[in-house]
Amino acid sequence: MNLKITPLHAAHQRAGARLVDFAGWEMPLHYGSQLEEHKTVRAAAGMFDVSHMRVVDVRGPGARSFLRHLLANDVAKLQTPGRALYSCMLNAAGGVLDDLIVYFRGEEDYRLVVNAATAESDVAHMRTVAATRAVTIAPRPELALIAVQGPEAVERTLPLLPEALRTAAELKPFHAVWNDAWLVARTGYTGEDGFEIMLPAEQAESFWEGLRAAGVRPAGLGARDTLRLEAGMNLYGTDMDTTTTPLASNLGWTVAWEPSDRDFVGRAALERQRAAGVPEKLVGLVLTERGVLRGGTRVQTAAGEGVVTSGSFSPTLGVSVALARIPSASTAEILTAELRGKALPVRVVKPVFVRHGRSKIS
Amino acid sequence: MSDTPQHLKYSKSHEWVRVEPDGSVTVGITDHAQSLLGDLVFVETPESGSAVDAGQSCATVESVKAASDVYAPVSGEVVAVNEELADSPERVNESPFDEGWLFRIQPSDPGQIEALMDADAYAEMVASES
Repeated sequence: MNLKITPLHAAHQRAGARLVDFAGWEMPLHYGSQLEEHKTVRAAAGMFDVSHMRVVDVRGPGARSFLRHLLANDVAKLQTPGRALYSCMLNAAGGVLDDLIVYFRGEEDYRLVVNAATAESDVAHMRTVAATRAVTIAPRPELALIAVQGPEAVERTLPLLPEALRTAAELKPFHAVWNDAWLVARTGYTGEDGFEIMLPAEQAESFWEGLRAAGVRPAGLGARDTLRLEAGMNLYGTDMDTTTTPLASNLGWTVAWEPSDRDFVGRAALERQRAAGVPEKLVGLVLTERGVLRGGTRVQTAAGEGVVTSGSFSPTLGVSVALARIPSASTAEILTAELRGKALPVRVVKPVFVRHGRSKIS
Repeated sequence: MSDTPQHLKYSKSHEWVRVEPDGSVTVGITDHAQSLLGDLVFVETPESGSAVDAGQSCATVESVKAASDVYAPVSGEVVAVNEELADSPERVNESPFDEGWLFRIQPSDPGQIEALMDADAYAEMVASES
């Protein structure tokens, strides 16, 4: 199978990237050292090519009512253009089809960014749900997407933005500015300050090289994964999928129950689960002994067995951390993980391990 | 391209072996192996003084990506371990053939060293695996 490549593929090769297959795309895993890239994002500024993710524009007089039906979070919360919202998109059974960010650009103009692996099925689902509504659903594969993250990301990026978009300096988190070609949002997937920038593919390489010259270090998907794990952010397909609901994925806060008459796909199933009790929950785990929790690691609780959904070594904390799905009835602070034949104690914590470079676990 | 020094011997499981003047052998993992694993975060070495059999798992190297066993290339007694790696596992990535050595064995059957691959044979094996 031929892997798809992004507009930055040549730049990655020049930078010595180790390229791997990610959801059918040939993407950089790292450029020499995943750990160094991780630490650079926590301490200075790193950049990620995430052009494999798909921008989808939803426009038309029916856009708002369509998205209020499509998404578990409520775009009616977006009152002023430029606001962004994180949401799950569910199937009728309440299972998570994808998680995404939706940008509100105008009453009839919304922009979604969805995951690479689910992009095609997402668009098909959206078109099915849209049916005869007055909306157009337009994937924008011609746009590149670059995330610049870290405490120095904003200051290093600003001078390279189109002049009219340098107001991005004042953007609050989950806000965006745009022109007819670029969109700059104060969002990310690392727990650090920074921007996610959508821009025309043909401008991506010169922008990337400009960032590099400004001291922003290229970082691969390896560092992106350990950064998002430390930040306690779920990875679609790993921590949640169509077999799990947002309620069992620590994403209950993203489900907008009010107004109670808003009919969104999956609502009835979620209400049933909420009434019956959610059987499982997603928690954070910290292993203080030597070893690394990995996806699939079994976790024993007094209320039954659980499993690590994603785990890794935390470069910031120097120990292994993980997200794990365990029985909701488990209340113990210390559980047991089975690691390479050994039973090791793990501590249950709120699944936010690091924010803005600092430990959030006591 | 990974480095494969000519003066070392190699095992199929990607350990390298260096024969020391006193007849002991120093063991580490190859540049190719460390590059496949990525950044190491933990190294578990055997106890000094323990007896190992050729082919026996006697150390663990764990990277951000995966944990991997390290096998004794020859039988004998572990006479030294690289204590520095407990705090600085990155030495294996930075200097796999030198500062990143793992442990030293006094072989009970020096003939086992001869059965290991030379650099060219190892490089050929790696090339055929990729």
